Amino acid sequence: MDIIVPIKQVPETSNVKMDPETGTMIRDGVGTVVNPLDLYAIETALRLKEAHGGIVTALTMGPSPAVKALREAIAMGCDEAVFISDRSFGGADSWATSYTIAQAIKQAGRYDLIICGERATDGDTGQVGPGIAAWLDLPLATYVASVTTLPGADAPVGLSVERLVEEGYQILELPLPALLTVVKEIGSPRLPTLRGKKRAKVTEIPLFNAQNLELDPAFIGLKGSPTKVVKVATPKVMRSGTVVRAHDEAEIALAVDRLLAFLDERGLLPRGDRP
Amino acid sequence: MSFVWTLAEQHGGRLKDVSFELLSRGRALADKLDTKLASVVIGDGVSPEQLEALIRRGADEVYAIMDPRLAHFVCETYSNILSHLVKTYQPTIILAAATSMGRTVMPHVAVRVHTGLTADCTELDIEPGTGNLLQTRPAIGGNIMATIKTPQHRPQMATVRPKSSRPLPEDATRVGKVIEVPLIESLIDERVRVTGYRTDTADFVNLEEADVVIAGGRGMKKAEHFGMLHDIAGVFGGVVGASRDAIDRGWLGYSHQIGLSGKTISPRLILTAGISGSIQFLAGIKTSETIVSINTDPDAGLHKVADFGIVGDLFEVLPELQRRLHEHAAAPPAATTATADDERPDERQREERV
Ligand SMILES: Cc1cc2nc3c(=O)[nH]c(=O)nc-3n(C[C@H](O)[C@H](O)[C@H](O)COP(=O)(O)OP(=O)(O)OC[C@H]3O[C@@H](n4cnc5c(N)ncnc54)[C@H](O)[C@@H]3O)c2cc1C
Repeated sequence: MDIIVPIKQVPETSNVKMDPETGTMIRDGVGTVVNPLDLYAIETALRLKEAHGGIVTALTMGPSPAVKALREAIAMGCDEAVFISDRSFGGADSWATSYTIAQAIKQAGRYDLIICGERATDGDTGQVGPGIAAWLDLPLATYVASVTTLPGADAPVGLSVERLVEEGYQILELPLPALLTVVKEIGSPRLPTLRGKKRAKVTEIPLFNAQNLELDPAFIGLKGSPTKVVKVATPKVMRSGTVVRAHDEAEIALAVDRLLAFLDERGLLPRGDRP
Repeated sequence: MSFVWTLAEQHGGRLKDVSFELLSRGRALADKLDTKLASVVIGDGVSPEQLEALIRRGADEVYAIMDPRLAHFVCETYSNILSHLVKTYQPTIILAAATSMGRTVMPHVAVRVHTGLTADCTELDIEPGTGNLLQTRPAIGGNIMATIKTPQHRPQMATVRPKSSRPLPEDATRVGKVIEVPLIESLIDERVRVTGYRTDTADFVNLEEADVVIAGGRGMKKAEHFGMLHDIAGVFGGVVGASRDAIDRGWLGYSHQIGLSGKTISPRLILTAGISGSIQFLAGIKTSETIVSINTDPDAGLHKVADFGIVGDLFEVLPELQRRLHEHAAAPPAATTATADDERPDERQREERV
């Protein structure tokens, strides 16, 4: 089973710093990591490969330094990688990104399955996975928490998956090729191995750019993006909240008193008239 | 003038609350644009009475596409239908909920009809002059608020989180049209099949649709201690959530996890106990209406964002809170009683109660 895993390089969120003047992120000196939620997609792909054979290819689109994310994916156990990078792809929204990635996947060759993370921790939209499925007209299952393969004559022909939805788990069967987005519940990502790290250093990573990809120039980058960011602001994180101390019995009673009064004022206190 | 649309959601033939929440957002936009508001319902067995309720709560028109084969959400088929409707009626705006359905079908449709989509908007407004939809959303773990528009493409598509707006009160005098749209056979995509649901999991919670969430973190120290939180949640008719630390220790299942790698929620009230308030946790609760924090550490990040913070030991504060809440809940009915059949209090009713 050949699997493609589109991943994204994101800033390490634990130390994001904002420029108070411009309201933009200070990227200098901020570490980058593979989007933590993509690690679950890689893990799922590696487990399926271990069970059914095949090749796992990590793929990313981003500026030059993003190639590091692909090396990290190889260190975890991915076999190959594809890098999509070009100045003209910059500023793409989820629509243009999913278009460019879908075009690259079409050109990259054969696959049975595409597995994406639920969303990226920086953009936080979760739209690229479903977008790729729409471009490639692949059966789609999002928020997948578990996967089992449906055996065919010699290789799996489909998947049975459980999707985490509001009411519980929705169970779907879908034929291959297909696209999944997975959630954390699918299984803990493995750590990179020493051997993997060595391989990552020497693996050749082909580059797809505006020259060798078949693309409609009106569909790429900032220009090809239907959405435009018109304003960026730093939200006021501080609320004008009340903080009270509750260190002894009297303080505790008083604190709870005040909390109940506060909740009541906001109409949040359940009343004695509940059935 | 083209309409504003909302995408209603149903499960098992019952419209979900979020369908009505979307109407209050849509109504405001339609009024600003001086156009009509329509709600699209794709599903099966949604009663005429429920469809009328969409009109009483703000819609001018309801497009109902009902068929047994539409009972369960399947992205491909729902996307075919919605894309077809969009091409036929050309709405100017479509709002959907940021749910497992909305977050799946909206990006699919946006690709099909070639337009922009903005996820998890916290504010929606109309730009004076151009009539463009201004979509404001948190990004980078809530560190920034970005305002986004889709100037050249229509419809302008956006999702908003469940519970981030209140439904309008029912208005029995409102009139509107319910239009049964026949299902076009060729729009059914049979590749993906729904074979069932698993809801038997004892430890499952619907965090995103809860009005009240009582959450615990590492400071809870033991799985057993979450009993206190369940008890408090019970009084509020709410549910129990947790930080990643508590989930990773196996105290609760993953569906309870709040934060960057868990659920992002906007309840009316979240009360946290023994949670420090890491960036990743806060990213999941920032748009909540009211935040209460109980933590021994006066410098805990949660105390900084809380509307009400108690610096104290949760093992002392929670039992006292439990005692007082039960006392309160057992008290004789207050002078004004909430009507049992209206589970969705709106601003007006809340004020009346005070
Ligand atoms: C990529 C990434 C994604 C992440 N995603 C998430 C996520 O989705 N959700 C999430 O929650 N975390 C997430 N984290 C982890 C996050 O950084 C924190 O480690 C985690 O939120 C801490 O959980 P906590 O607040 O329960 O524990 P701690 O930070 O250890 O806090 C425990 C708190 O309990 C208080 N306390 C202790 N005893 C008592 C007592 N008796 N009474 C009252 N208070 C007490 C302490 O003062 C302390 O503030 C993520 C991290 C990374 C790197």
